[in-house]
Amino acid sequence: MTTVTPFVGTPRSRVDGRAKVTGAARYAAEFDAPDLAHGWVVSSAVARGRIARIDTDAAMAMPGVLKIFTHENRPRTAWFDYKHRDQTAPPGHPFRPLYSDTILHSGQPIALVVAETLDIARDAASLVRVLYETEEHATDLAARRDTAYVPPKKRSGIKPPPKPRGDAPGAFTSAPVQVRQESRVPAEYHNPMEPHAATVVWKGKDGIVVHDKTQGAQNSQSYIASVFGLSPSKVQVVAPFVGGAFGSGLRPQYQVFLAVMAALELERSVRVSLTRDQMFTFGHRPETLQIVTLGAGRDGKLVSVQHDAVAETSRLEDYQEVVVNWSGLLYRCDNVALTYRLAQLDVSTPCDMRAPGATIGVFALEIAMDELAHATGIDPVELRLRNHTDRDQNEDKPFTSKELRACYAKGAERFGWSKRKPAPRSMREGSELVGYGFATGVWEAMMMKSSARATLTPDGRLTVATATADIGTGTYTILTQIAADALGVPMEKVTTLIGDSSLPTSPIEGGSWAAASSGAAVDAACRSVRDALIGLARGLEDSPLANIDPDRVTVRDGRVFLTADPDQGLAIDAVMAASGVDKIELEETVLPDPKTMLTHAAYTHSAVFAEVRVDEELGIVRVTRVVNAVAAGRILNPKTARSQILGGVVMGIGMALEEEALHDHKLGRVMNHNFAEYHIPVNADVPDIDVLFVEEHDDKVSPLGVKGLGEIGIVGTAAAIANAIFHATGKRVNDLPITVDKLLDEA
Amino acid sequence: MAPPIAPHTIDLTINGTAHRLDVAPWTTLLDLLREDLKLTGTKKGCDHGQCGACTVLVDGKRVNSCLTLAVMKDGATVTTVEGLARNGQLHPVQEAFIARDAFQCGYCTPGQLCSAVGLMAEGHAHSAEEIRELMSGNLCRCGAYANIVAAVQDALAAQSTQREAAE
Ligand code: FES
Ligand code: FES
Repeated sequence: MTTVTPFVGTPRSRVDGRAKVTGAARYAAEFDAPDLAHGWVVSSAVARGRIARIDTDAAMAMPGVLKIFTHENRPRTAWFDYKHRDQTAPPGHPFRPLYSDTILHSGQPIALVVAETLDIARDAASLVRVLYETEEHATDLAARRDTAYVPPKKRSGIKPPPKPRGDAPGAFTSAPVQVRQESRVPAEYHNPMEPHAATVVWKGKDGIVVHDKTQGAQNSQSYIASVFGLSPSKVQVVAPFVGGAFGSGLRPQYQVFLAVMAALELERSVRVSLTRDQMFTFGHRPETLQIVTLGAGRDGKLVSVQHDAVAETSRLEDYQEVVVNWSGLLYRCDNVALTYRLAQLDVSTPCDMRAPGATIGVFALEIAMDELAHATGIDPVELRLRNHTDRDQNEDKPFTSKELRACYAKGAERFGWSKRKPAPRSMREGSELVGYGFATGVWEAMMMKSSARATLTPDGRLTVATATADIGTGTYTILTQIAADALGVPMEKVTTLIGDSSLPTSPIEGGSWAAASSGAAVDAACRSVRDALIGLARGLEDSPLANIDPDRVTVRDGRVFLTADPDQGLAIDAVMAASGVDKIELEETVLPDPKTMLTHAAYTHSAVFAEVRVDEELGIVRVTRVVNAVAAGRILNPKTARSQILGGVVMGIGMALEEEALHDHKLGRVMNHNFAEYHIPVNADVPDIDVLFVEEHDDKVSPLGVKGLGEIGIVGTAAAIANAIFHATGKRVNDLPITVDKLLDEA
Repeated sequence: MAPPIAPHTIDLTINGTAHRLDVAPWTTLLDLLREDLKLTGTKKGCDHGQCGACTVLVDGKRVNSCLTLAVMKDGATVTTVEGLARNGQLHPVQEAFIARDAFQCGYCTPGQLCSAVGLMAEGHAHSAEEIRELMSGNLCRCGAYANIVAAVQDALAAQSTQREAAE
């Protein structure tokens, strides 16, 4: 049998495109309900202490106010901590909104005003008076570096640093070339364009339907059921469209707690939307201070790698991510020592943000590698090649595939890397210094257990369903392509249902595993339906397909036919009618191959090349070109795949040049909590970005050979830009973001 | 307690339909569209005029509806993303956005589309550089900028071919 794959692997426009360009796509705050009440959150003005008094009388007196929830009248919720823990919770005590009078961070929600309309709720919230008893707070990580500790309990799914191998400090001391780079990545906030919101539709005896902004409808559902003591059958979470998340929707955030609490108490539908300011009051990329030391021979070959990171966490939870492990993985080196510690601050618990950990750790490693290239006089790309490894030395395993060298070669060629003059400040155009920078990127390729259902009806329509999400990643589209190919129907005949807790089980949509996991589940379910369909056709006496060998049959364009003689066959509806079935519906569950997981390491890789132009007098940096060459296994849809990388690169530009939550440590709060002052890239900041996918065949990583693309685009980008700025100016700025003041600073 | 403030009655033509509406003096055009008229295609990204998600066309000009009080627009004609397509036929900018994959999550998209339609009417944008600059009031956290520029270029090219054909 010849396999035709007309959809997978080809560029396809988004199947949800029309809904998104006509305004028909509904996001969490856009679902309506009869008699909908509106909640407005009151946020703490102080960073630490307790609420001595909260006066809601004036607010309550406003006509149209229904109820004001505070810690004093909060309805009962589950007693035990574990009941508040969601699938992605780090070890510790999960934050419980309105739990007590204790203030743990600035911006903490301390009251919810519920009113008949949005304006009444907002207005009344301004009348809530709070008297605080403050305690001394700490929000300055550098000042708390001494208090850093190794988290006693590891976070599930997060590998702690590997044990040291060889003698890294000893090898460093005797290394002919030594490099030491201290760096800092500030706290960054996800800031999806859609602020977090939840609309809870009250259905009386039937429970509640919750439209939450989430990357995991089932994660939100089980959290709500467990916290409020509801039967899961009475809680349905429906989130067909998510206006970006980048990790902020992995945990159920406080808007959903508050909206559900109010709806249950008032027995009425309630919506809670956060303001943009309030988007700075929960999870964020943790500020992280790092030191990387590299020892190498004069030939650039690494003999010692040491990487230490200290990251912020909250007083409640030991949030952890993989920051330093990359330094023992990416290049060949026999003497490696990696340490990762946390320091507690009076802040909200950090939360996974696009390529959590790698974005930070690889930045530190890759600027150190650039310094090593400079110190040895070896071309930065050549230096990486000399240290290339085909084995994961952290775990002593081979890779399922690793086409990183092809990324280097193809990316360098596309970029015109050979035109780079090695010395810093050696390239200029008019008043601008020109710099070329390079960095490697890496991210884990994961697959998770996942289920999907496929339903074929006689009209030839196929519906596939799994609970995963599409946060802009293109999930709807790739699942539609996969389903269409697996069953042999056109894409127009496929309906993909996702973002609903009542659908077959799927993991949260994160970690870049959705395509590999949900994709494989949909593929399996559709293949089973196809087999069942062929089974029915074979069972039809007098049909051209009676008792035929299934391998000799093709299903395509709504027909089942003999591969060798396409005229001999039947339409799908004819097969189903003659067999007396009105639908074929099957569910399948897929798992990663346990043996491969033990024997192999699976990673996505990239090579990022950036060109910057720096105004010599004003210090203004423009990123003028980026080439990102990616090896990510099989690419299901080059069009949406490219967009994923573009998005990662753009966020990487923001990380390099713009993004930073600026704290006033006296007040213990983020001061630039809006888009006017917390800068993210705008259209004019973003140059032409060239994305290329190198050929990478991988039959081990996942059933479809897919590795995932959600995060790899950001990893390495900030380092490539920082390295380009060093090349342009001769100035190494390791304290992100690289702003004009730091470039003009003489010191 | 201050006495309740009387609403004002205004006339607005929204996506071709005439509306007579009672609005509070503080109600923004954005809240009027989203909360009262359930036209949720127009998005709220910041409510402070900093992101462009709420961009709509008022008398053909692009404005941030979150910074526009509804009472100030008595008699105006408003086009939102829901009104760009005609008789089920997508506007060329909408077509171009789909073809160029000029969005990911889609949340900034209604604002980008209205902004692009406004920009085309302004007639200032010719090069990619100018499009970038003049579309910079519309943030996209998904980072679809390169594709947005390509889509607007396509739409502009289609517009000028059409004009030439008409001449
Ligand atoms: S919502 Fe109006 S500019 Fe952001
Ligand atoms: S498409 Fe998501 S913010 Fe622009």
